[in-house]
Amino acid sequence: MTSQVSSPITAGTADEPHVVVDVLGEQRKPAKETRQLDRVIIRFAGDSGDGMQLTGDRFTSETASFGNDLSTLPNFPAEIRAPAGTLPGVSSFQLHFADHDILTPGDAPNVLVAMNPAALKANLGDLPRGAEIIVDTDEFTKRAMAKVGWAASPLEDGSLGAFAVHPVPLTTLTLEALKDSGLARKDAERAKNMFALGLLSWMYHRPTENTEAFLLRKFAKKPDIAAANVAAFRAGWNFGETTEDFAVSYEVAPASAAFPKGTYRNISGNLALSYGLIAASKQAQLPLFLGSYPITPASDILHELSRHKNFGVRTFQAEDEIAAIGAALGASFGGALAVTTTSGPGVALKSETIGLAVSLELPLLVVDIQRGGPSTGLPTKTEQADLLQAMYGRNGEAPVPVVAPATAADCFTAALEAARIALTYRTPVFLLSDGYLANGSEPWRIPQLDELPDLRVEFASGPNHTDADGTETFWPYLRDPQTLARPWAVPGTPGLEHRIGGIEKQDGTGNISYDPANHDLMVRTRQAKVDGIAVPDIEVDDPSGTARTLVLGWGSTYGPITAAVRRIRREGGQVAQAHLRHLNPFPGNLGQVLKAYDRVVVPEMNLGQLAHLLRAKYLVDARSFTQVTGLPFKAEQLAAAVTAIMEENADVDV
Amino acid sequence: MSTSEALSLVPKAAGKQTMKDFKSDQEVRWCPGCGDYAVLAAVQSFMPELGLARENVVFVSGIGCSSRFPYYMNTYGMHSIHGRAPAIATGLATSRRDLSVWVVTGDGDALSIGGNHLIHALRRNVNLKILLFNNRIYGLTKGQYSPTSETGKITKSTPMGSLEAPFNPVSLAIGAEASFVARTIDSDRKHLQSVLRAAADHPGTALVEIYQNCNIFNDGAFEALKDSATAQEAVIRLEHGEPIRFGAPAEDGLGSKGVVRDPATGELSVADVAEVGTDRVLVHDAHTPNPAAAFALSRLADPDTLHHTPIGVLRNVARPVYDTDMADQLDRAVSLHGEGDLAGLLSGTDTWTVP
Repeated sequence: MTSQVSSPITAGTADEPHVVVDVLGEQRKPAKETRQLDRVIIRFAGDSGDGMQLTGDRFTSETASFGNDLSTLPNFPAEIRAPAGTLPGVSSFQLHFADHDILTPGDAPNVLVAMNPAALKANLGDLPRGAEIIVDTDEFTKRAMAKVGWAASPLEDGSLGAFAVHPVPLTTLTLEALKDSGLARKDAERAKNMFALGLLSWMYHRPTENTEAFLLRKFAKKPDIAAANVAAFRAGWNFGETTEDFAVSYEVAPASAAFPKGTYRNISGNLALSYGLIAASKQAQLPLFLGSYPITPASDILHELSRHKNFGVRTFQAEDEIAAIGAALGASFGGALAVTTTSGPGVALKSETIGLAVSLELPLLVVDIQRGGPSTGLPTKTEQADLLQAMYGRNGEAPVPVVAPATAADCFTAALEAARIALTYRTPVFLLSDGYLANGSEPWRIPQLDELPDLRVEFASGPNHTDADGTETFWPYLRDPQTLARPWAVPGTPGLEHRIGGIEKQDGTGNISYDPANHDLMVRTRQAKVDGIAVPDIEVDDPSGTARTLVLGWGSTYGPITAAVRRIRREGGQVAQAHLRHLNPFPGNLGQVLKAYDRVVVPEMNLGQLAHLLRAKYLVDARSFTQVTGLPFKAEQLAAAVTAIMEENADVDV
Repeated sequence: MSTSEALSLVPKAAGKQTMKDFKSDQEVRWCPGCGDYAVLAAVQSFMPELGLARENVVFVSGIGCSSRFPYYMNTYGMHSIHGRAPAIATGLATSRRDLSVWVVTGDGDALSIGGNHLIHALRRNVNLKILLFNNRIYGLTKGQYSPTSETGKITKSTPMGSLEAPFNPVSLAIGAEASFVARTIDSDRKHLQSVLRAAADHPGTALVEIYQNCNIFNDGAFEALKDSATAQEAVIRLEHGEPIRFGAPAEDGLGSKGVVRDPATGELSVADVAEVGTDRVLVHDAHTPNPAAAFALSRLADPDTLHHTPIGVLRNVARPVYDTDMADQLDRAVSLHGEGDLAGLLSGTDTWTVP
């Protein structure tokens, strides 16, 4: 959220020149007045059965292929179909797109598409004055309004005076458009989301051919449904073009300047993470094995990887979370790049096996797509409250490296980095994504294969120790002096037969040992191995070099924090920003960085878990700014909070 | 079902092996007199018969006395955590079909904390051989009742007697869709090895319940099956294709007792062969897909006295093997879509270029 909308999107402030565009070629363009905008935030909202996520996804794809920068925020209830027309059943999808580089799905929508009274009521509070509201008037029946506690229609009682309301009988228009389709009324009605998508596509000059192709693909087995959806989509577009209620359409130019050159696609966090895992397997030349138990919001990784068996990917849907990680650990023992994917409650169940992996010193990726907790919590909402669980949630001293992606597209790179650490240091590694990154999407510059890191590993192939009597033997816990990693000797290698287990082992030989000094040594060695992992220094963004306050974040708060920092700087504030990708171990220069600033502000979607770690390790007065609403920070609030801390006792510091 | 089918992908040893090849250099630390010693010796002396490359054999265990087993085998091994060995072994076996993977577990490990993994391994029919050492007690935690302990058992945690009904591991396995279920006894090496042979030959999950004596906390639990005075009447030795007869020999040299089926209810019972005639004696069919007879056999023993305990292979049927089918899906994916093309995958279909 870096700039204001160039002109408020309200009907009636037509002070810009009319631009009439002819319909050229296949790509239809609106013929009415067009206004230029630098960015727009749209929110689609409806019942969980109304297809709002699909509508949002399609609008996003159109927007991505047009070349805007974009960021999305799907927001839906845990119930698959909550009672129709109720507030808990409202599902929404917010999309922010711009002609420049943006970082968040936006604080407040400029446009709300509300498919029923519940969708309007649930989202009204988020709308700024002047926002446009497109409502399906057909759904504003007495009964539907009563469900959300409205005695009179807000469309008629003047309560929406602050907004530009477009009342559109979406259902009637859709049914009318499909009256010759031969579809039953119920099936025809279902296409109303495509009518709305068509209308919005007209309003914002989105390319439409990909959506039509998508619909034909999606409903390939039901040609009449496919035809109806395309017809509804076109009818929506035409409605925008012909109705007088929509006098203008808007253009948001491609964000060419914001992107380095390259080929781009739109990608969600879970998809990027899945691709990162497949890429890691290719780069390591090891088969990928995923052990997983379905859990929101991680299941899409299981679904995605299951589709790529031609990459040698084995996916195992286990009987429970424990078996999922157990199978992955077994595969790792056998020489696979092993992964388990889950969310917070699943991590809790996997803890004992993660401890075993620490003791066995085998590579293993534990992917935690964090969601609201504790317990079942908020399955479909985002949170960052598993950091301390990842750090400490095991019995005994069981250090595990932790890596966190910053954006949806960054999940790709972070997966490769987690794999690098796991394979190089023979250790389980936590990859902490979250629901916001998982489901949100943004443009991604597709990397060339030669840009990807080389992750090849060497399995042990022969003896590594000579006994006093000259016998050549294999010691499974004889470490690499540099990395402290132990050899990875996979079954099938002659002469290296060995036994490992969760009981404490003697340094070197790996034999069972209850010796007090040996245990002390092994505990410290395992810790030293993780502490010694090579991670890049943290970079600080401090353009003026005079900032006294550092904002430090980790994980998915990168977008909102960066947007907030830009706001503060635009207002003339001096603030430095840094973002942690490695949470265990921390970058080597982190202590120095923290000490270079008078104030350190740590925004987190938890109650201050990173701040707690920083205070403990560096004895700095890290100040928490926290939010646990299940939603990402809004840049405006974050900027205000950081500014308030910057201004505290400012006279003392100046 | 032959060795070649179940172990066809496992490399063979170059030379002849002996029991010594499978003994590790670790000192065995079970209590003197423990039944585990007998099982270990039986397994170590059986393995050379399979002739597999030692480095392609893996023993995975959970937690408990029996789960120390892998340390004593000079193969690859993992002593994992309580109850999870079938899950860990599943990941290993499905990703490495060139390995012969064995799970060693106990009645607490497999049936209490790890019950879920056991039934799902059996259901999936992964190529695993599970040796379930059943001593009907918790040994390593020093003598609490286990899920196979008899009701009323007095232990440290049940001073007034256990309130629980025990699992019958064989019944449980048959109910969990197991394709191979057998029972044997620690002290009968010949029988134990014959069952191991059949298990090793079986493609898919094989569950072998081994009655094993804990001489410290539950000594003599299976004495009725071992004492020559009672064993003849207590033990029913099953052989596929043979009439199920036991007890003192009749005139034809086979046992004077036989297992007969009630034609109306399907229930099995023990009868004097002289009274009912040889024609009525059930012929054991381990290969029949219908599990009813195997299940009925598993219920024959008296839970208190263990009289009429069938041992041998109760069920041995062919079913699709999980890891084979998984490998086939991977092959099919390649033949349908070609080898994975990473650049193509990352690009997808909807891209745009910034010049």
